[in-house]
Amino acid sequence: MGRKLLLDKAHIEGIRYYDVYRKNGGYAAAEKVLKGMSPEQVVEEVKKSGLRGRGGAGFPTGLKWSFLAKPEGVPRYLVCNADESEPGTFKDRYLMEFIPHLLIEGLLISSFALGSNRTYIYIRGEYAWIPDILEQAIAEAKQNGWLGKNIQGTGFDLEIYVQRGAGAYICGEETALIESLEGKRGNPRIKPPFPAVKGLWQSPTVVNNVETLAAVVPIINIGGEEYATYGIGKSTGTKLISACGNINKPGVYEIEMNISVEEFLYSDEYCGGIANGKRLKACIPGGSSVPILPANLLLKTAKGEARMMTYESLNDGGFASGSMMGSGGFIVLDEDQCVVRHTLTLARFYHHESCGQCSPCREGTGWMKRVLLNIENGKGKMSDIDLLWDIQRKIEGNTICPLGDAAAWPVAAAIRHFRDEFEWHVLNPEECVKRNYGLAHYADPLPAPATAV
Amino acid sequence: MFSEEKLNKVKEIIARYPEGKQKSALIPLLHLAQEEFGGWLSPETMDYVASLLQITPIEVYEVATFYSMFNLKPVGKYLFEVCQTGPCMLNGSDNMIEYIKNKLGIGVGETTADGLFTLKTVECLGACGYAPMMQLGKHYREHLTPQKVDEIIEECRAKAN
Ligand SMILES: Cc1cc2nc3c(=O)[nH]c(=O)nc-3n(C[C@H](O)[C@H](O)[C@H](O)COP(=O)(O)O)c2cc1C
Ligand code: SF4
Ligand code: FES
Repeated sequence: MGRKLLLDKAHIEGIRYYDVYRKNGGYAAAEKVLKGMSPEQVVEEVKKSGLRGRGGAGFPTGLKWSFLAKPEGVPRYLVCNADESEPGTFKDRYLMEFIPHLLIEGLLISSFALGSNRTYIYIRGEYAWIPDILEQAIAEAKQNGWLGKNIQGTGFDLEIYVQRGAGAYICGEETALIESLEGKRGNPRIKPPFPAVKGLWQSPTVVNNVETLAAVVPIINIGGEEYATYGIGKSTGTKLISACGNINKPGVYEIEMNISVEEFLYSDEYCGGIANGKRLKACIPGGSSVPILPANLLLKTAKGEARMMTYESLNDGGFASGSMMGSGGFIVLDEDQCVVRHTLTLARFYHHESCGQCSPCREGTGWMKRVLLNIENGKGKMSDIDLLWDIQRKIEGNTICPLGDAAAWPVAAAIRHFRDEFEWHVLNPEECVKRNYGLAHYADPLPAPATAV
Repeated sequence: MFSEEKLNKVKEIIARYPEGKQKSALIPLLHLAQEEFGGWLSPETMDYVASLLQITPIEVYEVATFYSMFNLKPVGKYLFEVCQTGPCMLNGSDNMIEYIKNKLGIGVGETTADGLFTLKTVECLGACGYAPMMQLGKHYREHLTPQKVDEIIEECRAKAN
């Protein structure tokens, strides 16, 4: 069994409630911080841990915290990003539903470190039942002296509030999130200024993902140095992976970042192999925005080394032959899935979610969707494939926020690795609406998976 | 108009933000209003929310039209929001949507003649490992099968009676 730091206690009956959480070592990290550490020491521990943002970009958290401007007399804010809307990603939901106090404790410690007296959890509106769970945990924490005024006699005040979004993927982007929290449309802001200088209500603000903030608890408990011994190289600690698609055991897994993709995909501790005894065709390892990889490049890098579940290894080969850790949304496609159709659903998603501020993103995502729809329905031309390539190239890098890139990459990677499947659709307009292309040369490079009987 | 109880809730929500930042309460208030006033936001409802927050009606309209959870037209008593994004598609969401269409005799975006059901397709709801799935009110219904859909429809009909 891999070592766990976040979900090790998630299975304990009643852990959702304060008493059980506390009895099982909860709020020990908060106690340690409030009794004997300065905000600077907390930031230092987080720096030492090597923790990287779990929301998708993987930016070092301690460094991000040290950028926070601290002008006299101006409030600072911590905002927890619980918007979780990247297709394939459902890990933050799990953490909030099953072990909400871990997040509250992480928020308390992080707010103390950053000097935020008013911290918001911005949660996607569709997770409509989770605010009740969080608000109950907040109320319990308050009753027990972990929130409110003069917490544990330290003179530190903190209130945590839950804010629901209302259906907009773009509000996961931190400046759009801030706009939304101010009661506006979720239009991303032009940067600079960065939130660390001018964020919520023009005050210095840090936005961090749910999992990032929860990870601060074990970092304080075991120490940053010890945390950094988990994982490999710059991929320190553990990561929550939400696995879905055509696998035997979809769900949320905490992995130490030192296992191979093959182990994650085929061992019974995690995904348990491809469902229905089928073979692996392709996988998007880090949420819909990151490049799709054919089976052979997923399990081994272009150099022939085993690919590992780390930021670096998943990225090995760059976009030519690698992908990214992203948000940890692990989407698996079996041999009977159609890459064109799957890419179409993603293009439709990005078109639906574009905020519409920049023309390359607003127009380009719709155009890609329409071209893909034609190809999928046997109405495509060969030149459409080049057209798609051209459109995505013109979106990438030409927009206010990274949603444009996120829309371009899945299309680019699908064409890069599965061009013959696109061509087959064009050349076989009648057949392609009746059956799928199949596995072809992307064959699962492994012998029959152990779990497929 | 909100009841006394809801008005207290409104006050409590506004108190979450610093002095003068009450506009931040807009989205929470629109959720509250949609729940209270028949599952959608009429122009009158939006004007009322504007008056509660002392902002202009246009500030409310521009927000209400941006977010997909706000319904700007009446919807059935039970709104089936079925996810159709990649991971759900891999697990048969397209067939599920077809099944619901046939079962209820409506297309996507339509409401049954008795006003009970509306079918909508939505993008990823963060339940990809439990696909196919849909949102029904506050909760998710996951691992959908035709049989489960039948049961859900029966359950709604029974509740409506
Ligand atoms: C279109 C878009 C959507 C995003 N969605 C999320 C999200 O749902 N959750 C999240 O934590 N970060 C999301 N991010 C990343 C945030 O902008 C931000 O980088 C992150 O919350 C920082 O937290 P971290 O450093 O702890 O990862 C998104 C970014 C973009 C461009
Ligand atoms: S890239 Fe797309 S989502 Fe981002 S600001 Fe531009 S139009 Fe909006
Ligand atoms: S793709 Fe349907 S819930 Fe994520």
